[in-house]
Amino acid sequence: MRWRDAPLLNVEHLSMRFGGLTAVDDLSFSVGRGDITALIGPNGAGKTTVFNCITGFYKPSSGRLAFARHGALDAPAIERLTATGKRGAQDLFLLERMPDYEIARDARVARTFQNIRLFAGMSVLENLIVAQHNALMRASGWSLLGLIGAPTYRHKEREAIERAKYWLDKIALTERADDPAGELPYGDQRRLEIARAMCTEPALLCLDEPAAGLNPRESDDLNRLLRMLRDEHDTSILLIEHDMSVVMAISDHVVVLDYGVKISDGAPHEVRDDPRVIAAYLGVADEEELHEAEAEIGL
Amino acid sequence: MDAAKPLNVTAALVAGLKAALVAAGLAFPILVWRAEPDYSNQLVLQNRWSWMAIAAIIAFAARFLSHVYEQRPKAEKAEKPARQWPPALQKFSAFAAPFAIAAMFVFPLVLLATLGPAGAQKWIDNYGIQILIYIMLGWGLNIVVGLAGLLDLGYVAFYAVGAYSYALLSTHFGLSFWICLPLAGILAAFWGVILGFPVLRLRGDYLAIVTLAFGEIIRLVLLNWTDMTNGDAGISSIPAVTFFGIPFKPGESGFAATFGLSPSPIYRTIFLFYLILALALLTNWVTMRLRRLPIGRAWEALREDEIACRSLGLDTTKVKLTAFALGAMFGGFAGSFFAVRQGFVSPSSFNFIESATILAIVVLGGRGSQIGTAIAAIAIVGVSELLRELDFLKQIFGEEFDPTQYRMLLVGIAMVVMMNWKPRGLVSTREPTLFLGKRRSFSGDLVQEGRG
Repeated sequence: MRWRDAPLLNVEHLSMRFGGLTAVDDLSFSVGRGDITALIGPNGAGKTTVFNCITGFYKPSSGRLAFARHGALDAPAIERLTATGKRGAQDLFLLERMPDYEIARDARVARTFQNIRLFAGMSVLENLIVAQHNALMRASGWSLLGLIGAPTYRHKEREAIERAKYWLDKIALTERADDPAGELPYGDQRRLEIARAMCTEPALLCLDEPAAGLNPRESDDLNRLLRMLRDEHDTSILLIEHDMSVVMAISDHVVVLDYGVKISDGAPHEVRDDPRVIAAYLGVADEEELHEAEAEIGL
Repeated sequence: MDAAKPLNVTAALVAGLKAALVAAGLAFPILVWRAEPDYSNQLVLQNRWSWMAIAAIIAFAARFLSHVYEQRPKAEKAEKPARQWPPALQKFSAFAAPFAIAAMFVFPLVLLATLGPAGAQKWIDNYGIQILIYIMLGWGLNIVVGLAGLLDLGYVAFYAVGAYSYALLSTHFGLSFWICLPLAGILAAFWGVILGFPVLRLRGDYLAIVTLAFGEIIRLVLLNWTDMTNGDAGISSIPAVTFFGIPFKPGESGFAATFGLSPSPIYRTIFLFYLILALALLTNWVTMRLRRLPIGRAWEALREDEIACRSLGLDTTKVKLTAFALGAMFGGFAGSFFAVRQGFVSPSSFNFIESATILAIVVLGGRGSQIGTAIAAIAIVGVSELLRELDFLKQIFGEEFDPTQYRMLLVGIAMVVMMNWKPRGLVSTREPTLFLGKRRSFSGDLVQEGRG
């Protein structure tokens, strides 16, 4: 019940309208610190829209996204911050007020994309170094210290390479560090994108369909990797996923969307047995057909 | 290649005939009819069917040959991995850059020794200095277009800002070249930022159009703000360059007399040559260093995928503005050198065709490649200068024939051929900025441009 007792993100009354179309309608849920939270729902339910609102790629039409990087989400503090009109104060951020790059840089919410967005013409190692841009930029004295080859910058750069090596080891791509990212097989590209996001040292990692297109073995590897991120790196994970076996195997908390509205919210086993979820997902009323369809998608 | 396919001559002939028909159709209205005044000054329509026939025959031959060329076996090519140079050549290529720089340093001295002061003057000025200016401009634009992937069609605007900065500051306030040079760079960088702000949200073709317009705006302001810039007449009598205070002029206090040399204008030319060489090498050094720093990697990441950059916390506004500002700064340096070399600036030196030439150099050289840009500058500027030397062609084509008139035609044909042969420019490989293991470079085909 960490999403109730110790949330790091509160989504409150989030709405997103595109012209006449309401993609997300008055959605509220919480993401628990240290949880793997799954956001599921049929195609077109508005999952990616919610993602884009949280990561700042869309500006929500209304609603509040309160985020605490380290500590607790304290309701009076959030109200005070809302009243000031500022984007954030120390540890607390109102994501709906921040542009996308600030959310990644200051609030430390990292994301991956449904259609992988690696820097295909840069090497695997470079992809991981670009992710550490802000720290390196400061160390290079906005390029002036770096230009004259100052030792402080060289030291920082070595540290960045060490961090990249650590993640390369975790995703088993050390061998291919100097190859262009675009030459990697699909499954490796997915893992590299997650490692690249982790190089920004996020408090919350948002994964948009990380298991899409993976074979069962790669999918198992991914589950292990995500659990490792949660347990060893104190990273909370929010993921969109269609593969129910993945969702049921790894998530601590499931939020179900349909037509932009939340229809269920709870532990995986609760959600699985919720008749509204079954109806939304399968669109059938007949009991027998339901069981057949359930068996097909592995529920 | 054991089962070589027989050459399909019929298909090639048909393709050639089609091309000939198109060429004839295009030539008919343009080349065939010509209105000329006769002795009573009345227009008479003349026809020149032979011209159309020649155009059709050329088109036929070109298409026929290219069709035959396309039919060559391709199976082998598909399997071939990225080209590896033989070891001997690889060793050579490691020394190529220092060798080229050393060659540049001795270039004027060798000419001076072989041709004497009078003969060397033209070669150092028209070839050496002229080419180096374009190499420097190419390297400056390479930061914006090659590394950051922002298509800039108005680069000459910054060249103009640099040139006019020096011209105005030196004539009005009497500032020396060495003070004006950094000032010109700063002013150009400032205008780079001014241009950068409104176009931050644009990419690709849209960005190209706005930068094109910006280049024209700057030129038109220089043309029409006569109080400030003296309009079309330009600014003349710009103070000439001095050798750290010693002027290049005949007489007692001049350079030649001070160093006990025989008086000659060649010393000024040689000094200007080394000045632009130093400026160009500075541009190159800074760019190469920056590429290996976070800012350079951010530029290259921005070229590939802006959305991914933002998801990693990169402030893409700043990344773009630094690219614009730095590219513009080097353009400004080059501009102030141009002003001191010519002693005269006018808006007609900063036409769109200049921007197009600089962009052609960068694209032809391979976007992002320093050495490719230098080779392309030598090819484009050097060849068009060489056309001036081809006076003997007059004996073949008659007195009216002027080879320099065909300069842009030749450059255009060269561009078309090059882009067919190597669409990503002369040097299309990219070497990563960091390595865990062995150094290797990979094909530029992987680089995605303008996504997001």
